Amino acid sequence: MNDIVSLNMAMEWLRGLLAGWLPGAFWVDLAMALVGVAAIFGVISGAAVVFVYVERKICGYMQVRIGPNRVGPFGLLQTTADMIKLMSKEDIIPCGADKWAWILAPILLFIPAAGVYAVFPFDNQAIFADVNIGVFYVVALSSQATLPFFMAGWASNSKYALIGGMRTAAQMISYEVPMVFAILAIVMMAGSMRISDIVAVQQQGVWFICLQPLAFVLYVITATAEINRAPFNLVEAESELVAGPFTEYTGMRWALFYLSEYANLLAVSAIAATLFLGGWAGPWLPGWAWFFLKIGFMVYLFLWISWTFPRFRIDHMMAFGWKVLLPLALGNIMLTGIGIYIFKTLN
Amino acid sequence: MPKAQTYILNMGPQHPSTHGVLQVVLELDGEKIIKAVPQMGYLHRGIEKLAESRTYPQFIPYTDRLDYVSAMGNNLGYCQTVEKLMQIEVPERAQYLRVIMAELNRIASHLLFMSSLAIDLGATTAMIYGFRDREDILDLFDMVSGARLTYNYIRIGGVMADVPVEFVPAVQRFLDKFPAMMAEYENILMGNEILQARLKNIAVLSGEQALAFGLTGPLLRASGVDYDIRKIEPYGIYDRFDFSVPLGKTGDNFDRYVVRMQEMTESVKIIQQAIDQLPTGEVMAKVPKLIKPPAGDVYHRIENSRGELGYYIVSDGTPKPYRVHVRRPSFINLQMLDKVCRGLMIADAVAVLAVLDPLMGEVDC
Repeated sequence: MNDIVSLNMAMEWLRGLLAGWLPGAFWVDLAMALVGVAAIFGVISGAAVVFVYVERKICGYMQVRIGPNRVGPFGLLQTTADMIKLMSKEDIIPCGADKWAWILAPILLFIPAAGVYAVFPFDNQAIFADVNIGVFYVVALSSQATLPFFMAGWASNSKYALIGGMRTAAQMISYEVPMVFAILAIVMMAGSMRISDIVAVQQQGVWFICLQPLAFVLYVITATAEINRAPFNLVEAESELVAGPFTEYTGMRWALFYLSEYANLLAVSAIAATLFLGGWAGPWLPGWAWFFLKIGFMVYLFLWISWTFPRFRIDHMMAFGWKVLLPLALGNIMLTGIGIYIFKTLN
Repeated sequence: MPKAQTYILNMGPQHPSTHGVLQVVLELDGEKIIKAVPQMGYLHRGIEKLAESRTYPQFIPYTDRLDYVSAMGNNLGYCQTVEKLMQIEVPERAQYLRVIMAELNRIASHLLFMSSLAIDLGATTAMIYGFRDREDILDLFDMVSGARLTYNYIRIGGVMADVPVEFVPAVQRFLDKFPAMMAEYENILMGNEILQARLKNIAVLSGEQALAFGLTGPLLRASGVDYDIRKIEPYGIYDRFDFSVPLGKTGDNFDRYVVRMQEMTESVKIIQQAIDQLPTGEVMAKVPKLIKPPAGDVYHRIENSRGELGYYIVSDGTPKPYRVHVRRPSFINLQMLDKVCRGLMIADAVAVLAVLDPLMGEVDC
């Protein structure tokens, strides 16, 4: 079944179809690329819609209540209704705001959130761009997400937004360092930064979560901080700062922020599934089904953590990131290096 | 050479976590608070003035709306003050019912405190658990008085009506469920390291400082001062019950939180003893139809959930009081906000407000 329903087969079939219509290989490649882009946007939008609903239901059940259940069967159309509502809102730009920075912030936030999807292994060879610096690309692009938060905070011309923006910048920069070091351990084990190589090594051996449990824990914690979810959601701490850098945004602009948050959540879950849980590899089910199952598991883990813990204070959070997580990450790299050396000399 | 400036941030009356309509004007240096000035009065309804044109029984629903989360306690304080002035003897069964209601209300109020503390610190799930358990108590009150929040149940001379037959078994069921509830809260809140880091050693007030501010209630006991009116000047029949008064050691936010949780356990003990000893009999004394206390003044105080609730009534012999003044604990407790917030961060100010547990209905009256 693995081969019959894989995305690989679908891509081959589409390529054949396009080759019949278009003159020359260049046009076929271009058309395939455009289809890929459309598919990725489809995945992001679909996932956002699904995950907003899933989060509200799961957090509802954890809190001994039902969650949305009125709009559509089991409340399934809730996100659609919310999107329609947001699209029909008046577009208000605060008059003291730095106009272009304010308008660009949500757009600039969405770009890295969507851009990292280019290197995700949806199936065997179904990677949009299998560059040989795949991991590096992901890390570099996701660190660009810091600036739009600060832009939004500054340009809103509101003290609450400014405080939120500065907190975000501090938090995201501080937690990127341990995250990169946790990922570095995986790169050391796989010997390559190419995503398909990492998946291949896990397919032949054992999933990296078994070999690098500390790196997995570090990754989950730092990723929670990167996507601004509890316990690291002091960025948008509703009870303190109303909504942090997003305070002055309304309607579709706010929806774009919200969409980027969910795209980010999906992205870090996909990275975790790829680097630690073996990507698309798995018995009987087709590759893309395994990929989405693993993503689903990671998303559930993030949601579970998010709805259980209270929030960190800014100085505790900085201390935790720099004084606890970073030494642990460096220690992990040292142990990994020693382990690899011993493994190589023994073989 | 540019230099850093302090700025004013307004945690306005409309804010997700100023417990009600409280405005706190914060002067900040970065994230550090230089000065925190609470501005109250947004919920002022002129209740004390209204008392002058209402008869004594007509004023009881107004007392419900002072500290609307512990309405039974407010009723109790006012009715006992009038009974003190008129020298009315309340029947035994009514006394026991009053104790049960007041202590149940203390538990409900502390559960609300815990829930709002949880959500102010970001633990939304813990908030819902607190509210879910508080629903059981509100159902009990609904059974007894017909209302969930403002009961108007305790009347001058006794209580409004006898409790229905299913009340005592329902209370017993709630008391049996209580230890498991507390264990869950310990797990999800008290034992949580993030919460402890947010609350421990923040906003420390020593016993002397607390007394100097005139603080009462759990805030005072958290600073180590053993002052509970139920023990010092027992009102009603509180001297018949065996319970202890939890005290804090360091006077920080965490102690203020723990003291209230322990008080809930003590209240459960009182309620258990009360329903075991509940006698049969009348629930209302023989009071005249028109309540006309003799001329004179009286002050009576009770230990409400937030502190010492006192009523000072000046009567001129007519059916309507000449003056009613309410010594509201939250109003006096709110003074400590400025002193305690200096040098803390904004996030801590939110935590301090949460453990201070002001009820704006009571602050503004």
